[in-house]
Amino acid sequence: MRAFFSGKGLIGAGIVLTMLLIAVFAPVFIPDTAATQMDMRARLAGPTAAHIFGTDQLGRDLFFRVVLGAQTSVMIAGAAVLMSVVIGLPLGIVSGYYGGVIDNVLMRLVDTLLSFPALLLALTISAVLGPNLTNTIIAIGIAFTPFLARIIRGEALRVAQMPYVEAARAAGTTDAMMIVRHILPNIMPAIIVQGTISLAFAILAEAGLSFLGLGTQPPDASWGLMIQASRDYLDVAPWTALVPGGAVAITVLGLNMFGDVLRDVLDPRTQE
Amino acid sequence: MKQIVSIENLHVTFGKGTNTVTAVKDVSFAINAGETVCVVGESGSGKSVTSLSLMRLVEFGGGSIVDGRLSLLRDEGTVDLATASPATMRDIRGDEIGMIFQEPMTSLNPVFTIERQLTDGLRVHRGLTGHAAKARALELLKDVRIPEPEQRLKQYPHELSGGMRQRVVIAIAMACQPRLLIADEPTTALDVTIQAEILALINRLKRDTGMAVMFITHDMAVVAQIADRVVVMYRGEVVEEGPVAEIFAAPQADYTKALLAAVPRLGDMRGKAAPEPLRLVGDTSDPKPLRPRDPPEPLLEVKNLTTYFPVKGGPLRRHVANVHAVEDVSFTLNKGETLSLVGESGCGKSTCGRSILRLVEPTSGSVIVDRKDILAAQPRDLRRLRREMQMIFQDPFASLNPYMRLSAQVAEPMRNFGLARGSELQDRVAGLFDRVELPRAYMRRFPHELSGGQRQRIAIARALAVSPKLIIADEAVSALDVSVQAQVLNLMMELQADLGLSFLFISHDMAVVERVSHHVAVMYLGRIVEIGPRAAIFENPQHEYTKALMLAVPIADPSTRKLEGDLNFKPIPSPMHPRGYAPAPSQYDTVAPGHLVLRGS
Repeated sequence: MRAFFSGKGLIGAGIVLTMLLIAVFAPVFIPDTAATQMDMRARLAGPTAAHIFGTDQLGRDLFFRVVLGAQTSVMIAGAAVLMSVVIGLPLGIVSGYYGGVIDNVLMRLVDTLLSFPALLLALTISAVLGPNLTNTIIAIGIAFTPFLARIIRGEALRVAQMPYVEAARAAGTTDAMMIVRHILPNIMPAIIVQGTISLAFAILAEAGLSFLGLGTQPPDASWGLMIQASRDYLDVAPWTALVPGGAVAITVLGLNMFGDVLRDVLDPRTQE
Repeated sequence: MKQIVSIENLHVTFGKGTNTVTAVKDVSFAINAGETVCVVGESGSGKSVTSLSLMRLVEFGGGSIVDGRLSLLRDEGTVDLATASPATMRDIRGDEIGMIFQEPMTSLNPVFTIERQLTDGLRVHRGLTGHAAKARALELLKDVRIPEPEQRLKQYPHELSGGMRQRVVIAIAMACQPRLLIADEPTTALDVTIQAEILALINRLKRDTGMAVMFITHDMAVVAQIADRVVVMYRGEVVEEGPVAEIFAAPQADYTKALLAAVPRLGDMRGKAAPEPLRLVGDTSDPKPLRPRDPPEPLLEVKNLTTYFPVKGGPLRRHVANVHAVEDVSFTLNKGETLSLVGESGCGKSTCGRSILRLVEPTSGSVIVDRKDILAAQPRDLRRLRREMQMIFQDPFASLNPYMRLSAQVAEPMRNFGLARGSELQDRVAGLFDRVELPRAYMRRFPHELSGGQRQRIAIARALAVSPKLIIADEAVSALDVSVQAQVLNLMMELQADLGLSFLFISHDMAVVERVSHHVAVMYLGRIVEIGPRAAIFENPQHEYTKALMLAVPIADPSTRKLEGDLNFKPIPSPMHPRGYAPAPSQYDTVAPGHLVLRGS
């Protein structure tokens, strides 16, 4: 547990907690209109007392947009990654642990999904299901599953060949108990690391979908949508990209630090 | 006698600030020309750090030489290696000091030919290029007695066997005729016959060139065979130094005495009827011999056991060939006895043990344990049958789950079979900890908090948890330091005496096998070439391979040296055969009752 109280642990946990609080409580205390209120006289204005982070091309306040957009971005990313773990974990473990025909069938399926760019896959799914929040989550979740399944399979395969697994089998451990007691705890570090990285990519994937009109619908705000909208004004108003980009970067940094520390805390080898 | 290198008050630390760890403390000794000094010690004794300090390679591993002088005699006078400039060190490394590493599989670069790797040093230090370099490389390969040296130059490391690679590594180290050769456990990863060849080779090269040799090893038998003088290290300090004969005949330091008492010597058991525990220092009780039951009752009967591994090849990955890992093996193990399977790497001894437990599926044959047929059992019954037999694995670091508490790991077999639950389970786990002589306080700990020997005790406790009749010990003590190995061996023998256990003891170490076995089976290329009572195999070996093995085993006694002249044992052929290849069955000649030798071959 001491790792949590190290500098890295406190910063990581602090960022993650702050982002979660903003995502949950900002919509409660700040009216929606704060993010959609246009001020055409102050279009693309730099940071001022009235708009501390400046405004976008329609004169909307970037501070309120980034704060209110947190909920969409964090929820979509979190739910999509959770979904890909929930599907990818059993797929990967079954493939890696049992091997043979099951492995071949599952992995060819995964390879097929992998052969499409993740964004294209998400785009197709989203287009078929129709653009709304739930479908965006489903689309990103499915698109990210093959990566997770692949990594988990590799880890499960490695762990399944460890002598302690063989020792447990010789001691009469059943397959179900083997997976729960021996495989899962030993592949957890890989899942945590990959999961936190995936969260960052999911935020960006949502941006891509929104840009193409299949994710968050304007005038609602999400970080991805804001980054996409800023691309035409990069030379005249770089803050329109820096504000949402900074939010993504800080969140990802916090998640990575948090994930690192979480992995260390779960590993008995790093404890006194 | 000319002193080539002298180490004075060497002090090496790792880490910074409060995390500083002292690896080597106040170490001093010297090596003369034409002399082999063995630095011997167990893991963590600082022997490798000392050698890496001489090469100044220790800095690359995060260590720093805090104090001391490392004088090396060069043509232009003595230099202190501890303070020499990086440029001087580059001149010295590979030129005046050559080094051989432990792992021949990884100390050669897989993407360069042997010639390229041999001529690297010649080019840098001697300015040799083209034909001159090639000619010298060829000469070097001849010096290390590699067959067909011309062809080897063009080959890549993966095309060579382990022994051959280690010869190449030695040739590279010898390329610039170093004054000092540092060999860091050069034979630890090799089979015993190849070890004998390599040791004989190093001996001859030393005689021919008059270089000084610093030989680092943990193996007292190797020390006895090769050393002129011995430096014994313990926890970063030199505890004793002296000529090899004196160290073995009259060790002064307590640590050396304990170390030597723990070394099983081949031939120690000559004339003894039954295996008996090693007598360790401080142990005053008379060792109890493990007399077999009379009349013997068979527990494990293996008949015609055969295990093949398929090899897939071609564009369609079809099954094209088989590795014949175990070929028509038959033997019987009696209750309360130990049968050892001994042989070199790749002989099929481990696969044989795993086939019996059905951790790999045998191709054919029969395995009967206590009148129950293992190979015919359905998966459900197999799980139940596995209660009768348990396994101890070689690597104590990999055979325990790092994420599980030790008590849970020992309890797991009992939970699997529903033998106990709740407080009764905890009591039984505690009892098992007592049984393997580990403090109960360790029950709450995780594997990484234990030493290798303690972990192996946990593995034994786990194996004992379901009260099996048979324990298959696959190289169970090979990864342990010698003093720990002796304690674990004694524990296993004590358990055998108390619980009437049978051991199938799989090992490459002839001296250990001689100590623990009632019966011995020698394996070669998947077959048992000779099987019989321990005394018959060790005192009257009949098969050519058994004899070669006996000849190659180093004996921990400097008065019986056998590594004179060049040795060249026959390389082991490949056990891979095309699909459909039907080998002849194993037929045996009886030398004496129970002592069988494979016919033919």
